[in-house]
Amino acid sequence: MAEITAAPPRAARRLAPEDARNAAREVRAQRLRAFLFVTPLLAFILFAFVAPIASMLFRSAYNPTVADLVPATLEALEDWDGEARPPDAVLTRFAVDLKRLAEERTSGQLAEEVNRYLPGTSSVVKSTARSLRRADDAALAEGGANLLLEADDAWGEPGIWRALRKSGQVYTASYYLTALDLEMTRDGTIQPRDTQIYLKLYGKTLWMALIITVLTLVLGYPLAFHMAHSSTAHANFLMVFVLLPFWTSLLVRTTSWIALLQTNGVVNSTLITLGLTRDPLELLYTQFATIIAMTHILLPFMVLPLYSVMRGIDPSYMRAAMSLGSRPIPAFLRIYLPMSLPGLSAGALLVFIISVGYYITPALVGGTDGQMISNIIAFHMQQSNNWELAAALGSLLLFLIVALYWLYDRFVGAGNIKFG
Amino acid sequence: MRRFPEYFTIWHIAGHYGLRLVAWLVLAFLILPILVIVPLSFNAEPFFTFTPGMLALEPEAYSLRWYQEVATDQRWTLAIRNSFLIGIAAALLATLLGTVAAVGLASPWMPFKRLITALLLSPMIVPLIIIAAGMFFFYTSFGLVGTYLGLIIAHAALGVPFVIITVTATLAGFDRSLFNAGLSLGASPVKVFWDVVIPLIRPGVISGGLFAFVTSFDEVVLVLFLAGPEQRTIPRQMFSGLREQINPTILAVATLLVVLSIALLLTLEVLRRRSERLRGTGA
Repeated sequence: MAEITAAPPRAARRLAPEDARNAAREVRAQRLRAFLFVTPLLAFILFAFVAPIASMLFRSAYNPTVADLVPATLEALEDWDGEARPPDAVLTRFAVDLKRLAEERTSGQLAEEVNRYLPGTSSVVKSTARSLRRADDAALAEGGANLLLEADDAWGEPGIWRALRKSGQVYTASYYLTALDLEMTRDGTIQPRDTQIYLKLYGKTLWMALIITVLTLVLGYPLAFHMAHSSTAHANFLMVFVLLPFWTSLLVRTTSWIALLQTNGVVNSTLITLGLTRDPLELLYTQFATIIAMTHILLPFMVLPLYSVMRGIDPSYMRAAMSLGSRPIPAFLRIYLPMSLPGLSAGALLVFIISVGYYITPALVGGTDGQMISNIIAFHMQQSNNWELAAALGSLLLFLIVALYWLYDRFVGAGNIKFG
Repeated sequence: MRRFPEYFTIWHIAGHYGLRLVAWLVLAFLILPILVIVPLSFNAEPFFTFTPGMLALEPEAYSLRWYQEVATDQRWTLAIRNSFLIGIAAALLATLLGTVAAVGLASPWMPFKRLITALLLSPMIVPLIIIAAGMFFFYTSFGLVGTYLGLIIAHAALGVPFVIITVTATLAGFDRSLFNAGLSLGASPVKVFWDVVIPLIRPGVISGGLFAFVTSFDEVVLVLFLAGPEQRTIPRQMFSGLREQINPTILAVATLLVVLSIALLLTLEVLRRRSERLRGTGA
């Protein structure tokens, strides 16, 4: 059998030195051969998957945009104490920088970046850039500070300069602080922000994932139980009903729920015909829609591991308990449930991990109420163009998933994943 | 009426039938939402719901107009072509690299087996939105965003874990003495590999490839971020259809996809039985 031919020669040291050397060489050759088989895929995955994720993690703490745009100004700002208005030389240098940006049409980028640290600054930077664009170079180098203050007296405040200096930091933890609803005060202490956005959203995402997990468990457990205790032919027949949704496109299943839940959709029409409600209910574009559609989509991920574990439980244990006089519920709780626990934890962790990172279904049926953390990451990538914040939020989500996966691997074993 | 053991009380029997009822209700919950779109896709009106005429089974309330639209609308035909092109190319790439790697991973001599397996399976675990964010930044610097090649590479990476899992599972049931038997009968190792090993693991390879294809075929998040207008796939087209202008064309496409998944399900079942028969483990 495989084990005999496969076991490494542990007894090598009892061999003659010549044989031991040969055996060691043979082992090295075998190891190398096995590794060579894996090399092409490993190289591919490192390039196509690992490097992109790593670059995202890097980007969440690295943003050279402002440092590239106004290097001279930032250099001049280094010696500034941050209390009163910076010296005129600094202002002049910034005025020269800003004129160059206005000519290169990149002042908008600067406006956006600084605005993140001091909301409302965007318009100041943009309007100043517009008025400086026509300024004479010589006059600018001479009295740039005055031109800057004429354009907008906001440049006389130290706050905007602090924001500029902060946005110029190439390596920064500020995106992580934002992603955790924290901010750094001027004296360097970290405190919670007034409005909590992202922590609340993480909380909501975890809460929704938990509800979905519980729902799939409540629905999946009896179904898996029934299937596991049917004849093989009947169980295979029922399995088709579980596998068909599993294999059907996610978009198709989401489409179904839109057709069912919309204002004049199937569910509302039925309810009105039955006289249960007079006005159609608002079902679509709610948190309820996200939860029910995701429960439907993820239910097979709960049923499949539960079924494969339950199939291996010998029914005679339950029969023995009941023939000895136990009532069904105590017999179930004390005998069957503990034996089905491996399948239950596998299914629950799988469903929970998948739901935490879900994007498509909440985006399509969730409205504003049913959005999850993935949706806000997509928002920052597509609409607000704050890639660094998207990367920081994504990195936090990734740490969360890795932690959950670690739990899964510890308690269930990642190698046990099977399909169909 | 089936017979129950002597010690069963009326409550046992009620529980038995109650459980069966619950199981069927859950099955209905699983399957009905998918089946409901099939009749809706034959709606003659541009609505997402049953018209009174459809409920009265009037023939003129049904039509094939949305199917016709799928077949003639250039956006849909392009999307269908793209989906198959990208799906097949990604599946081939993932299957080729994955099968070769699985042979190495199945070797008892493989160094760092646990770490490397975890790494190769990780695309299955990381949420798609994170993969999309990472790939978007990274692929941009290689000019891969908005190209077919970029999408094929991205989808192949997603398909790799499935190939690894199915092929390693088949290799685990592979009896190495067959290999030795072939050698002892005088065949060269290469000949044994082609004539003995490959036919035996072929079902695993094919189902791994199918998983990889379906993964790509169904994937939309990466397409949203990495594809240009030229590379729109079916799910991408459905996504924008559902966001912008909902009309029953989407239902017609959805129905076609349901038919496709039934075909896939049957293929995989045949493969599974074949694999069991070849390995002699099935009934």
